[in-house]
Amino acid sequence: MVPSGIEQQPDQQGPPSGTSGEDRPGRVVFDADEIARSLTRIGHEILERNRGAEDLVLLGVPSRGVPLAQRIAARIAAVEGVEVPVGSLDITFYRDDLRKNPARGPQHTEIPPVGIDGKTVVLVDDVLYSGRTVRAALDAMNDLGRPDVVRLAVLVDRGHRELPIRADHVGKNLPSARSERVMVRLAETDGYEEVRIAEGPSNVGRKGEQA
Amino acid sequence: MKKHLLSVHDLSMDDVETLFATAAEMHDVQHRQVKKLPALRGRTVINLFFEDSTRTRSSFEIAGKWLSADTINITGKGSSASKGESLRDTVLTICAMGVDALVMRHSASGAALQVSQWVDAAVINAGDGTHEHPSQALLDAYTLQRYFEAKNLGPLEGKHVAIVGDLTHSRVFRSNVGLLTKLGARVTVVAPPTLMPSGVGPWSQDAGYATSYDLDEVLPTADAVMMLRVQKERMSGGFFPTGREYTVGYGLTRQRLSLLRQDVPILHPGPMNRGLEIAADAADAASSVVLDQVSAGVAVRMSILYHLLAGEGNEK
Repeated sequence: MVPSGIEQQPDQQGPPSGTSGEDRPGRVVFDADEIARSLTRIGHEILERNRGAEDLVLLGVPSRGVPLAQRIAARIAAVEGVEVPVGSLDITFYRDDLRKNPARGPQHTEIPPVGIDGKTVVLVDDVLYSGRTVRAALDAMNDLGRPDVVRLAVLVDRGHRELPIRADHVGKNLPSARSERVMVRLAETDGYEEVRIAEGPSNVGRKGEQA
Repeated sequence: MKKHLLSVHDLSMDDVETLFATAAEMHDVQHRQVKKLPALRGRTVINLFFEDSTRTRSSFEIAGKWLSADTINITGKGSSASKGESLRDTVLTICAMGVDALVMRHSASGAALQVSQWVDAAVINAGDGTHEHPSQALLDAYTLQRYFEAKNLGPLEGKHVAIVGDLTHSRVFRSNVGLLTKLGARVTVVAPPTLMPSGVGPWSQDAGYATSYDLDEVLPTADAVMMLRVQKERMSGGFFPTGREYTVGYGLTRQRLSLLRQDVPILHPGPMNRGLEIAADAADAASSVVLDQVSAGVAVRMSILYHLLAGEGNEK
């Protein structure tokens, strides 16, 4: 199964889980503790902005947005004592570069039983880059219902937007060059946790591709 | 994945897994209020059917529409083919209009392959004579997988599938043995000697499936039973004396139902001849998955159209 977001592809040459990471390219800009702290902060921000957990629904964009959404929901449950519904929203069919490559299989879309009509939906993704993934996610949501409000939470905002889109909740603003790639790795999907930035050779993040 | 889908032998294991995984997501779309995905917006799919069909044609049409493709149906009757136009001229004419895919059914075995060599569009074989019907085999295997999964009966691999009926005239059987054996199922085909295809002996040894003339002997060990339609329209001459005699020997009757374990799924590609190859008790049994096959058909065909048409750069 191929992940939907180009930024999200598992590193094929990546080391097995639990290794030190010395042999991985680039440098770590965000370690496991910092990821945990920023997710806690995002959880608080979401609650503050929404004045509580009422009518909240978190939708993660596969693959790495989904565990991030689950973790934020756990933070909210710890603070507020409320289980916020979490779902996943695959955007494969809504990509604007679908025709450029052989068709890739979709990942799972699962809308919580409460639905999204009239809710405050927080989209959760790992990296915000061109903004095209978010545009696709907004289109996908359009076919599933009509939320009252849609907000966007991302772990990393690396800039270089190609569409008029911005995040409401950001874990870390990470200035980057287009020639660099930003790799988010999470325990649930990769076995280890870090955000790393490295020089190309970049088949990710070329102009027009989505992230 | 290859450019055309002409035969189940065109598909690698990876292709089948990809098609099934996508079909599972497509299946969820059937339960949405807005049954529409934009993946094939601006693509044109022609259903070119020179033989009668209800479910295959409408299934491909719905699949295309739900993916936002423009789908158009052309049937042999009422088209220029009935004015004497050759198949080659018909498909070249249609493709000159700018078509991305041709879903084709024809009474001649090999027609889809032949057409795929004439046109640029992707060709999907929706049944060619007595040769193949790959989308049916895919939806059958997908239905079985989902059924075994839902009932906690384990994977399709290693299961014993009995395919029963008019094998000589059946493209469904030919595609199904190919795909089911590829997926690791154990297949036994059952038919009266007159409806057993000639040359089945060496072929079955080669392809790794068993043959039998005795349905009552096969049923007790079956994990799934697929009944095939008696294709009267392809029969000239006597393949069996009377329908009654066929039913006694090879129909899934109420008596035979008791030979099956309760959880054994009953499949039929349709249309069913109730009372001939399948009794109403079997067709409407709790373990009958005939209608699941139909709904899976839309999901699987959406998956096929998506993977053949949505992207670019499938191998030739």
